[in-house]
Amino acid sequence: MEILLVLGFPLLGAALLAMVGAKRYAAEVSVATSLATLLAAALLVLRIIRHGPMTAWNEEFFIDPFNVFLVALTALVGFTTAVFSRPYMRIEASHGRLTPGRLRLYHSMYQLFMAAMLLALTTNNMGFMWVAMEMATLSTVLLVSLYRTRGSIEAAWKYFILCGVGIALALFGTALLYTAAEDLLGGEGMGALLWTHLNAVKGQLEPRVMGMAFVFLLVGYGTKVGLAPLHNWLPDAHAEGPTPVSAVLSGLLLNVALYAVIRCKILADGALHSTLPGHMLMGFGLLSTVLASFFLWRQRDIKRLFAYSSIEHMGIITFAFGMGGPIANFAALLHMTMHSLTKSAIFFAAGHATQLSGTQRMDKIRGLLTIHPSVGWGLMLGGLAILGMPPFGVFTSEYLILITAMRDHPWATPVLLVALAVAFGAIFSRLQPMVYGDTDDKPLPHSPALVPVFIHLGIVLMMGVYIPPALAEWYRLAAQLIGG
Amino acid sequence: MPPVNMATQVVQMLAGALLLISFAMLAERRSRRLLILLVWQGVVLVTSTVLVAASAHLTHLYYSAALTLLLKVCVLPLILFRLMRKLGIERDNEPLVNVPTLMLVGLCLVIFAFGLAQPVTALATTVLRKTLGIAIAVILLSFLMILARRKAFTQVIGFLSLENGLFFAATTTTYGMPMVVELGMALDLLVAVFIFGIFFFHIREQFDSLDLDQLESLKED
Repeated sequence: MEILLVLGFPLLGAALLAMVGAKRYAAEVSVATSLATLLAAALLVLRIIRHGPMTAWNEEFFIDPFNVFLVALTALVGFTTAVFSRPYMRIEASHGRLTPGRLRLYHSMYQLFMAAMLLALTTNNMGFMWVAMEMATLSTVLLVSLYRTRGSIEAAWKYFILCGVGIALALFGTALLYTAAEDLLGGEGMGALLWTHLNAVKGQLEPRVMGMAFVFLLVGYGTKVGLAPLHNWLPDAHAEGPTPVSAVLSGLLLNVALYAVIRCKILADGALHSTLPGHMLMGFGLLSTVLASFFLWRQRDIKRLFAYSSIEHMGIITFAFGMGGPIANFAALLHMTMHSLTKSAIFFAAGHATQLSGTQRMDKIRGLLTIHPSVGWGLMLGGLAILGMPPFGVFTSEYLILITAMRDHPWATPVLLVALAVAFGAIFSRLQPMVYGDTDDKPLPHSPALVPVFIHLGIVLMMGVYIPPALAEWYRLAAQLIGG
Repeated sequence: MPPVNMATQVVQMLAGALLLISFAMLAERRSRRLLILLVWQGVVLVTSTVLVAASAHLTHLYYSAALTLLLKVCVLPLILFRLMRKLGIERDNEPLVNVPTLMLVGLCLVIFAFGLAQPVTALATTVLRKTLGIAIAVILLSFLMILARRKAFTQVIGFLSLENGLFFAATTTTYGMPMVVELGMALDLLVAVFIFGIFFFHIREQFDSLDLDQLESLKED
């Protein structure tokens, strides 16, 4: 029932906004839809806390501590982004970058995107997970090219082709998974693609077929996570799309794709009886972290900078999941939450910063603290948080990941530390001149929505100082499920 | 190993035809002929699905074949033909350099594909699974086509041929995915082609042609 509400609200909202999306009150409708989704997600969370993991609708849906926390996170960031985009898109429209028709497309596709991600998270069927991931790509392609500039069309095309091809590989992986499962669970109608069924027999799945399936699934969904060397679409799509879209792509879509990878890893771990899947995740994760942190130095565009930072952080999370074990998984889940909250807050602040100075080039953005102190502070604090400064929560999770790496895989620790230091230098040296200094830019025509920024950063700060025991227990349960 | 019957032999022959069509696509420079080749690929796919369904007595595969017939042989080519006419690129000639090199790379890919499929085909419980190598080869050749071509339209054809290869892999190795999943996949594919269509117009509006060489402005700097 709760699942129906969680999926139904954004779908209904998408249909409604497809009709009224060009009206003045469209942004309010979108906010209301997202709020309803958030409340439904809260109900779902309550139910899971009370009754434990559940399946619904012929087991087509499956909720356990691992995905319910991502559902809650997705609904929360979805809501705050809708709140943020209300004034943001209004300012864009008054700058003449958007027409009412495109606003309608934006609002409707935004809700459809939410529905796709929530479906990917809650479904138990690996086939449906694929369909939902593809739906998430399709609904965001036209959002990336919303401004119809040369750059945005190029970025969207790249995003479409690269993710389309990537996701096709994941489909092949899913077909192989089905091959491996069919012999054990039976064909059509026997639920051989249901994750819970697969998980129950994972020890008997044919290891060679499963190994191959996992490689394809990892590369396929990994493209959407933005793992190097398949990350090319990510900076372009983030930089050229509207800021709310960058925020949800970075904060949510990457998480959902990683969730799909981890679900597959749990199966592959059981079938292969070896550490191969974990080592593959560690390899991809480390490569992404190092590559992204060096690319950070070459960025001049503020949104590209933080897009590369997303690749870096997804790399760290993937690496942690690859190490496996209760502590590393716990840290990875915590880092997923922290990154998604912090990064979307940064994109909110960065979006308003670019509106203030009329450009995304960082050397043209100056004196944010003078002209609009709260934007400046949002960007500064967000930047410090994402760099892993204590007392923010990112510090806690990165610290946990580092000490686990030191214990289990000492060779990786210096590599991670160097990457983190390089990233620190790159981002901090760019952040400072943007925030301080003088400027003659004009204030914004509508007052910006910065409440979401400070709510996100507040949660991140709180989690750094004090993780409520209930929440910690929840992470621990989820970490246990992932195992490895 | 079960006895090799007539239907299986025909399916294996059709798999060979699929591979040949992929190679033909790789070397074809006319947009119009490429599209016709894609339709042929769809026809082969439908025929093989029907044969597999008949030999294994699986009703749901008939539905899946009907869906493929409708989508890949009728609707999608129709949309693409209309798009082609509207955009006036029916007679577009795409200069292709190094066709021999492309063919050689393609050949290597086929060998690689058979190597990759080895662990699965070695365990094959049905003769059909032995065609997995060909399915992977079709997928890889479509990749090669997407990479080698610089026109938006041909890249889309490559994308659809990739989808065909995946579908072939699914029918021969597992007798097709569950029906609901296949319906979802078909819907996604249809939406994807619509969005591609929208994109053609956007690209042409901004860049005055469908050449992707001009889409090279976003680089690291």
